[in-house]
Amino acid sequence: MPVPAYSVYEQAILFIAALVVFTSFLMLGQKRLSGMIHLFAAQGALLAATTALAAYALPYPHLYVSALIIVTLKVILIPAMLHRLIVRLDMHRDAEPLYLYGYVMMAAAALVMFSYYVVEPIEHLSTLATRNAMAVSLAVVLLGMLLMITRRQVVTHVIGFMAIENGLFFAAVASTQGMPMVVELGIAFDVLVAAVIFGVFFFHIRSSIDSLDVDRLNRLSEVEP
Amino acid sequence: MTLLLAYASVAAALSSGLLALLGEHRAAWTGPALQVAKLVRIPVPLRPKPAVGHHRRLPHAWRRMVFALLTASGVSALGAGLLQLHADAAVSGQLPFGLPWLHWHVRLDTLSAFFLVVLGLGVIAAGVYGPGYTRQFAGQYSFGALGLFTGSFVAGMEGVLIADDAYLFVIAWEAMTVSSYFLVGYQHEHASHRRAAFLYLLMGEVGAIAIILAFGILAAASHSFAFDAWRDAHVTPAWGTAAFLLALAGFGMKAGLVPLHAWLPEAHPAAPAHVSGLMSGVMLKIAVYGLLRFAFDLLGDVQWYWGAIVLGLGTGSAALGILYAVVQSDLKRLLAYSSIENMGIVFMGLGLCMVFIGKGHVQLGLIGLVAALYHVLNHSLFKNLLFLAAGSVVHQTHRHDLEHMGGLIKRMPVTAGLFLAGSVAIAGLPPLNGFVSEWLTFQAALQAASVIDNGILRSMVSVAAAILAFTAAVAAACFVKLYGVAFLGQPRERRSAHAHEVSHSGMLWAPAMLAGLCLLLGVLPTWVLDAMRPITRQLLGETLTSASARGWLWLTPGGVSTASYSAPLVLLAMALAWWLLRRLERRGPAADVRRAPAWDCGFGGLSPRMQYTAAAFAQPVRRIFAPVWETVETSTPETAAANPLQVTALSYRLEIGDRSWRWLYLPLTRVVEDLARQTARIQTGQVRIYIAYSFMTLIVLLGVVS
Amino acid sequence: MDWLLALIQAVLFTLLAPLFSGWLKWVKCLLQNRRPPPPWQPYRDLRKLFGKRPVVADTASWLFPVTPYVVFCAAALSGAIVPFFAVDLPTAAIADMIVLVGFFALGRFFLALAGMDVGTAFGGMGSSREMTIASLAEPAMLMAIFTLALTASTTNISVAIDYLLDTGLALRPSFLFALGGLLLVAVAETGRIPIDNPATHLELTMIHEAMILEYSGRHLALIEWAGQIRLMLYGVLIANIFLPWGLAREFTPEALGIGAAAIAAKLGALAVALALAETSVAKMRLFRVQEFLGFAYLLSLLGMLSHIILEV
Repeated sequence: MPVPAYSVYEQAILFIAALVVFTSFLMLGQKRLSGMIHLFAAQGALLAATTALAAYALPYPHLYVSALIIVTLKVILIPAMLHRLIVRLDMHRDAEPLYLYGYVMMAAAALVMFSYYVVEPIEHLSTLATRNAMAVSLAVVLLGMLLMITRRQVVTHVIGFMAIENGLFFAAVASTQGMPMVVELGIAFDVLVAAVIFGVFFFHIRSSIDSLDVDRLNRLSEVEP
Repeated sequence: MTLLLAYASVAAALSSGLLALLGEHRAAWTGPALQVAKLVRIPVPLRPKPAVGHHRRLPHAWRRMVFALLTASGVSALGAGLLQLHADAAVSGQLPFGLPWLHWHVRLDTLSAFFLVVLGLGVIAAGVYGPGYTRQFAGQYSFGALGLFTGSFVAGMEGVLIADDAYLFVIAWEAMTVSSYFLVGYQHEHASHRRAAFLYLLMGEVGAIAIILAFGILAAASHSFAFDAWRDAHVTPAWGTAAFLLALAGFGMKAGLVPLHAWLPEAHPAAPAHVSGLMSGVMLKIAVYGLLRFAFDLLGDVQWYWGAIVLGLGTGSAALGILYAVVQSDLKRLLAYSSIENMGIVFMGLGLCMVFIGKGHVQLGLIGLVAALYHVLNHSLFKNLLFLAAGSVVHQTHRHDLEHMGGLIKRMPVTAGLFLAGSVAIAGLPPLNGFVSEWLTFQAALQAASVIDNGILRSMVSVAAAILAFTAAVAAACFVKLYGVAFLGQPRERRSAHAHEVSHSGMLWAPAMLAGLCLLLGVLPTWVLDAMRPITRQLLGETLTSASARGWLWLTPGGVSTASYSAPLVLLAMALAWWLLRRLERRGPAADVRRAPAWDCGFGGLSPRMQYTAAAFAQPVRRIFAPVWETVETSTPETAAANPLQVTALSYRLEIGDRSWRWLYLPLTRVVEDLARQTARIQTGQVRIYIAYSFMTLIVLLGVVS
Repeated sequence: MDWLLALIQAVLFTLLAPLFSGWLKWVKCLLQNRRPPPPWQPYRDLRKLFGKRPVVADTASWLFPVTPYVVFCAAALSGAIVPFFAVDLPTAAIADMIVLVGFFALGRFFLALAGMDVGTAFGGMGSSREMTIASLAEPAMLMAIFTLALTASTTNISVAIDYLLDTGLALRPSFLFALGGLLLVAVAETGRIPIDNPATHLELTMIHEAMILEYSGRHLALIEWAGQIRLMLYGVLIANIFLPWGLAREFTPEALGIGAAAIAAKLGALAVALALAETSVAKMRLFRVQEFLGFAYLLSLLGMLSHIILEV
């Protein structure tokens, strides 16, 4: 179906979906931790925009609340917390080396195609015009995992994890008009708690192995290599 | 009539070979046996180098006659092809040779006619170029061997094209492979040439086995060796796919597809120039013919995933071929690698065609097929041209390495001009012919986007098209490097500074003819497409109706509004703009030009050693795509004895290897060697054991018979 | 009538190209707190150069003086094909977007050869770098073009613009990405900051200037003019494909007037944006160009993917 046949709301959702994937790609190519956090915040903002758009167009007023939660949590609170953390750990100027950058990008593009391939059969069953967004959210999840695989920094891992959560949330908003309020609040709370616990753990890891490189966690193994 | 012409062509090629042989052994008719026996031993460096003058000089008239016969063979092949292209029906016949129960079937249809045209043009060029070029071998190498094997090589290729049963096809195929093996090993005192020839023979035979196995599947299904029976044979999709994959491996190996290409960059540069031109320009196309014949005509029922495989292989070959080409600094090796690239482009077109046909869009498949055939024709022209012109350069400078050349445009103006035409054509620039076929391939890829329902395939096709764009751009860089280093600038060595234009006019006429055809095919693409209609009608039952929907001036492969290209108007507009500019300028105040030394930053004394070298030109590409090659780069400084910090000289070494050797060929050799060692265990050397083997065999045979 | 209009458009394109680069320079000077030369300064420069007798190095061959003509003809021809202020002109059918890329490649091929003709180190350096950058930029550009062509199912620029005008405004993520990719490619291909600096003659950083270092007089004028045409060509392509509104679709005086005003406004704005970007960004190291163009390729690829996933 050509684009002009969609309604404005659907066009906007698709547009934002593309931008969400784009932020995931940018994260994969981002060396600096502070840049990574900014990208994460941007992704959160796009998510909030989607939610608000859904709330306005469908209309589901309760989605305004979840948009508000996203803004406070993912655009302001968690990025600010992470930022404070890396400043305190004196890592905000660190640049992480990118291994096999070209291959990672190729793999990322292939993953996007793969998620499209996986979602395609579902699409034929679904009647929602925004079903294509499903493919995008799956892609965001997979790209988040790819980010965690290819990087060593714990902070990057946390951001990758949160990006996965973003992908799931996007799927929920774009294809099912949002989740029940209770579930949403629960998830938001979980994410917040996770962020706090990660923050505490950073310090512990750092004090015990003097680094935030996840590869160094091998040392904690009790089995001698 | 056309069949008779084709026979005449084969006969002329063979008799040219015989004539050469007879000519050399006029006095002592030691016969071809000695020659063959001597040459067969090429891989074994036993015989001491023959003294100069060992081979009797041939009178010039005789040499001319040999090549005149070769040219006649080309002309009649061309004639047969052109006549048959416009004939209504295929002609077939039987020759009283071959097995008692299986005479040789021959058949000439539009597909073989098209490839006969390609072959004819190549052979004519070789025949015109040859007499002047081969004079340098006089006295040192055997002209008889060269003539004989060139003749049988050409005859073999013609035989492949007219064969209509598996038996004749394989015989002709082997004649082609074996005689070109001798041609590759022609200058046999170089160890590298002997190695190249052996590798070529080895891989050629492995490919031939794959082809024979593929034939076997069809023969089993139809209980016959004749192609006619195969066309009606019913093959299950699984067997069909197996046969196709085997054929793809066999023909792909001959066509030099990556990763089966290892022989090509070794063998093509080793052969004499006109043979290199034939091998690159024609023999690779015979492989394409084989695949087309097998997949479309004999096997039929094309599946779309065959197309996807072919497209993938083609794309990989195109990109890797040109990346390997751009870092070469040997003139002919670079050209050989670029052949891999161009065959990749041909296979991309074929792959797109198969995808479309498998998905049921025949009209779009035709664009892919036409693009592939057009590129076959184009590549045969400009690659032959480049090999011949490169042969002239090597002939005059006695150098293969680009780093020793430079400034040849002033010493060899005609050859340089012709080489420029070939470079522009092969770099895919308008308004020459290379551009048209690449443009058609792009159009075919573009059509895929709108009709194929599978999103993955669609995006693959788009990525393949982007890689094709990359290939074209790197090809332009590659030929800027080749031309810029060899022909432009200042001579880097004495021999290129004292080179002069070739004296034999045939060595200029042959490339000039090819260059003229390049321009013609670039400017009048609709005519070529119209001429290809019978082929598409025969293979796929339809013709590309939209290609000249707006008349001969406009090339519109996918319909008038999809895309159009008017090469004549482009040429006209450029000529007009040029003329206008010159006119305006002649009126201007600055009509003439002042000559002055080049700007040397005020230091004085620009030396040729300050120019960018071939290795330096490719360095940025080499650095950006570093993982593609296996590069060993060392620079060792020599320091003064008194002061170890003072560098007196710096030696730099750069070796660029092919990754496929380590990843594919060496493991394969190891496996083969291991297997051979295992097998060798049955050779114990004890007589009783051998008797036991015979005994066992007898028992088993008796058991089977009863 | 149509052909006449097309001819006028082509001539106007060629004649107005120096004005565009003059305007760009003017804006850039203002942004950098310098006193700008008037926007028509390039015309003065061209006139001066055309009046001078060219000096050709004595090591140069015939290729050297021929190249400026080839380069200029290729550029002028591409200018004639692109819809400037009106669409549906007959010249648009001569060549599509891929042929346009071919024309660029033709000009570049000869310019790179001419760079190597004299036999100095600079020329070879410039040629090598230019061809390397081109081989990275061309796939990105083609991918972006493909994205557009997928939407309009044509590579003919005029038809594609017609399609976009017919379907009206729509939010296409693929277009956003393709625009991004094409902008980066345009910056690289026209030799602007951060890839190359058109104002530099610093030996080791220059690319385009290194190739044409030996040119003077009317030869240099032709090459400079061709460069200006190329710059405006990218500007017109980007402006008319991504913002086609205002282009004249019938050939009445009002429509043509609106078309001319619209393209002037679009190009003016584009030049301001480019000047802003050039002022705020520093030039890159040569071997970071691959990252820049890799990003351009990524953008184009994402454009293609989002077309396939989201828009079909």
